[in-house]
Amino acid sequence: MNTLRETWIVFHRAMRLTLRNPMWAFLMLSQPLLYLFLFGPLLKPITAQISQGATTNAYQVFIPGLIVQLGMFGAMFVGFGLIAEYRAGVIEADRVTPASRMALMAGRVLRDVVVLVVQTLVLLIAAIPLGLRAPWGGVLLSLVIVALLGATFASLSYSVALITKSEDALAPLLNGIAMPLLLLSGILLPMQIGPTWLQRLSDISPLKHVVNGVRALFRGDIDNSSSLWGLFWVVLLTVVGLAVGARTFRKESA
Amino acid sequence: MMIEARGLVRTFKTKRGPVQAVQGVDLDVADGEIVGFLGPNGAGKTTTMRMLATLITPTAGSATVAGCDLAKDPVGVRRRIGYVPQSGSTLPEAIAGDEVVDHARLYGVPKAKAAADGQRLLDELDLTGLWRRQCKTLSGGQRRRLDIVMGLIHDPRLIFLDEPTTGLDPQARANLWQHIRGLRDRGATIFLTTHYLDEADALCDRILVIDHGKIVASGTPDALKQQVSGDAVRLSLADAAHAPAVSKIVQELDGAVEVESDGDVVGFRIPRGGSVLPGLLRQIDAQGIELNGVEVHRPTLDDVFLTMTGRSLRDEDTPVETEEAVA
Repeated sequence: MNTLRETWIVFHRAMRLTLRNPMWAFLMLSQPLLYLFLFGPLLKPITAQISQGATTNAYQVFIPGLIVQLGMFGAMFVGFGLIAEYRAGVIEADRVTPASRMALMAGRVLRDVVVLVVQTLVLLIAAIPLGLRAPWGGVLLSLVIVALLGATFASLSYSVALITKSEDALAPLLNGIAMPLLLLSGILLPMQIGPTWLQRLSDISPLKHVVNGVRALFRGDIDNSSSLWGLFWVVLLTVVGLAVGARTFRKESA
Repeated sequence: MMIEARGLVRTFKTKRGPVQAVQGVDLDVADGEIVGFLGPNGAGKTTTMRMLATLITPTAGSATVAGCDLAKDPVGVRRRIGYVPQSGSTLPEAIAGDEVVDHARLYGVPKAKAAADGQRLLDELDLTGLWRRQCKTLSGGQRRRLDIVMGLIHDPRLIFLDEPTTGLDPQARANLWQHIRGLRDRGATIFLTTHYLDEADALCDRILVIDHGKIVASGTPDALKQQVSGDAVRLSLADAAHAPAVSKIVQELDGAVEVESDGDVVGFRIPRGGSVLPGLLRQIDAQGIELNGVEVHRPTLDDVFLTMTGRSLRDEDTPVETEEAVA
């Protein structure tokens, strides 16, 4: 109970700081918006082919990838903010309070998730005039998936930030992880259109299954195996991510 | 006893093998005392303080802090202590009042009480009117006092101050000292680290000198200073030819030691140099000798350290890295 209250206090503080400078959250959104407007139209003529006849709506294929990308990249770099807080002594000041260590992380992660969900909604609304059509249930479930994905990457990012305590180490590390994840996830184009070896390689990445799951949800296939696998993977990732993050926040060197 | 520590040891693992930052520290701090932890960078001051504040776990040893066992009840310790870290405790972009209130709420203080207490503490620490200001717009001294407000907001009985005045200008330092004395007058116990002897001297009832992770001396500031041979005085003469005559006058002074002349400068050590000086200057003047300048230096940590360990502090400035290393 106390942990929840403390999580709320930490969330409230973090959210207030984000809202003081909303430009950041907006800039984060500009990348997926650019993809939406400048890359999306290219997919239109080949949608039927790349989705293997499952849909002719380009945005049903493309938007799921974009929101997963947003969930990943939007949350992945939150560690930089934490390093700034660490340098200012805020983390140390937080840790001398009796507050639960879990709450110190969870409050910040919750802020990141809220920002992410708002960004995702903006992206979805922007895609409607372009021709996005998808069932409500599928979109709602997809929002949950994006939120969980955001929580995962935010926790991991905080964890790495607290361990390295250096922007110089964090930047190449995150980029080194983000690039292969992005390329093997089928976010930009479905992996199914690639050669077999590339498909097998991408099978290793849980993110590919998440993207496929969200695509199935956007087509309205809520109980199909793709969407269930996607949900399974995102829940597993979240559990692992939060556990790693909580462990780091509990550790004394953090 | 507010703090009772026995055999505290802390070993850090570094790339070059384990480093014992604190090697068996025993210390007692009584209720209502101001105790200063004096030592060079890397001596183990901050590490010891961080152990007592529950931020790192001792490798060995035990302690009772503010009535709670450090190992068994760290949350109890956290509730009862205030800790003002060296690094500060507020985000530059945040609003001062918001940081104070949120910090208090993590101690379970209700919002309205936190705001009222925060405003009162701001007034007490001469920060009136800065409640709505962004932290980065405050001066160094104001920011440091805001850190102290953060550390005091839950009304702790024991306050840890880690290098409270490092980086402040002399005026801000003197001002902060006054506030720290004020805290003691309100009944708080204060444990601070410093590497300035004058600070320990001005503030502390008792000083613990730490070097290489061990306490090498402890006592009142006066007792420690008695171990140093006094203030360093340097007389610059207008004419180097008068140096022998001046040296002779100095040597006759009560308590003057280490009398040396180098060209047109005569230097020596003497207890309470400032009060000896007027008489000395009259004597020199009476012999018709002209001076270009006079300098008096109070004993520094260097001097205390040199006396206690036989080594100069400056050679011992080990990198702070050992304190930062991942455990």
